[in-house]
Amino acid sequence: MTADETMVFRGRVWVAGDNINTDLILPIQAYYLTIAEQPKWVFSANRPGWSDEVRKGDILIGGKNFGMGSSRPAARSLKNLGLACVVAESINGLFYRNAVNFAFPALEAPGVSEIFEEGDSAEVFFEAFRVRNPTSGKECSAGAMPVPLLNILKAGGIYPLLEKEGKIAPLAS
Amino acid sequence: MGMTAIEKILARNGDLKLVRPGDVVTVRVETSILFDNNLMDSVWRDILEVHDPSKVVVVFDHRAPAAHVLSAKGHKRGREFVKKFGITRFHDIGREQGISHVLVADYGYGLPGTVLICSDSHTCSAGVFNVAARGVGSPDITYSICKGETWFRVGETIRYDLEGTLPPGVFTKDLFLHMAGRYGNHATMNIEFGGSALPGLSMNARRTITTMGAELSVEFATFEPDGIMLDYVRARTGQPFEPQWPDADANYLDRRTIKLDDLEPLVALPDTVLNNSRSVGEVAGTAIDQAFIGSCANGTLDDFAIAARILGGKRVSPNTRLIVTPGTQNIYREAMRLGYVQAIVDAGGVVTNATCGACGGGSLGVLGPGETCITASTRNFKGRMGDPSARIFMASPATVAASAISGKIASPMEYFQ
Ligand code: SF4
Repeated sequence: MTADETMVFRGRVWVAGDNINTDLILPIQAYYLTIAEQPKWVFSANRPGWSDEVRKGDILIGGKNFGMGSSRPAARSLKNLGLACVVAESINGLFYRNAVNFAFPALEAPGVSEIFEEGDSAEVFFEAFRVRNPTSGKECSAGAMPVPLLNILKAGGIYPLLEKEGKIAPLAS
Repeated sequence: MGMTAIEKILARNGDLKLVRPGDVVTVRVETSILFDNNLMDSVWRDILEVHDPSKVVVVFDHRAPAAHVLSAKGHKRGREFVKKFGITRFHDIGREQGISHVLVADYGYGLPGTVLICSDSHTCSAGVFNVAARGVGSPDITYSICKGETWFRVGETIRYDLEGTLPPGVFTKDLFLHMAGRYGNHATMNIEFGGSALPGLSMNARRTITTMGAELSVEFATFEPDGIMLDYVRARTGQPFEPQWPDADANYLDRRTIKLDDLEPLVALPDTVLNNSRSVGEVAGTAIDQAFIGSCANGTLDDFAIAARILGGKRVSPNTRLIVTPGTQNIYREAMRLGYVQAIVDAGGVVTNATCGACGGGSLGVLGPGETCITASTRNFKGRMGDPSARIFMASPATVAASAISGKIASPMEYFQ
């Protein structure tokens, strides 16, 4: 987790539309590559070259049902691409699980796509479940992330928790 | 106020009196399924402790037999894992090979009233057995194998009451396309099926619908238990179970009745099934390079019977290739015995071994740039079955088989006069 205690993110905005699916985030060609190689394939089918433009700390604003599709670790690729978080109109249930479990901060904020355009800045007060456009001053509140899930997210995801309990081996590196 | 079927299953397995939309519940997992994608280098985390090996199933399906060195390494890792922890429910390449969700049906792994997870999105398939079955992520499956439990966010439930009978030539894939076309996505919600049409729907026909629930982005898709389902499961397992019926005063977000008699063959246009269905007449005549019948939704014996009936004595168009993939080797053997494989292969179709194959775009029928495919599998996302410029139409196995003969999208109705 790169965030400070209270998890506030400030960054440049990228806008994705409705029904962004996991095959767009982590295409099948990338599935068998190494974890480090996967992020550059994000959106290669619908937005070629985009992954090169993303800078660390950027914020993704999604539409409805963000991350629909398969259980592949798409959230991990977005995190490893350097994105600070995703805030979407709504988030697919399976993507949401993976986001929590891979410690990629994700919030559902209905109306969020109306207060941002690509290239804007955004402020995300993650634990206050609030997002703000500092230029226009417009704000939008998000659904709360339940405390048990917030705890998994803050622990760095499921794997560090299991490692600590000795249930899985640490990653050999 | 009562509970829906899914709320009752979650309550039972979480030792809770009441489960309501908005709750986050921790529940016991009866069945955790590990499959080959979990075992790949970029995904696998070495498990040191298994909560209960008798609750784990290991399956090789996405790349089976191994399609490349990486999948071969994954399979090897899987064999070692199974041996190390004494896991007996193991489906290696061979006689018991198949797609995880279809094996669940073949072997009665989905016990009514219990929780089953697998890190494949179409795990909702087992909801047909009144199971709280959900696709989760790899970390979740690792967690449940180690600790025997998982968490769910509980959503609202929409009840679908199915009435009447499907007309000849119309199948539950068309029912799904109708639901996707008319109601679009059901993100964060559960769907529950019941109604007077159930006795007329085979377990295979029903399972197509719950499997396709993933494409509606449902949390859970469950059927109300009935005699046909309970007999089916009892014929396959000696394990005890307690099915969960919805309460009479269950709280549904919406109740929708679908009259099966009113349905017709439908086709989803490429890239999404959500609000994207057309009657087959509207797209008839579109030339196709490939036709595919298979996947966890439509690689059943019923689907082989339909394909064989349409293809028997006919020829696949020289401009089209037809690939047919059974869900399990059990289905393959039965389809051979009944002459379905013969009819399909004589017509020029290629019948592959049981695997995900072309459905996942990884092997056995990958699409090239600019190609057009009509598929009876689960998913038509851009790039799903190969090159992102390929177009993927989705339809029932009957429509796919009829289209393979014409080399163009075609209605199956003439074969059901
Ligand atoms: S057949 Fe297709 S949808 Fe089903 S599990 Fe395999 S890849 Fe997934």
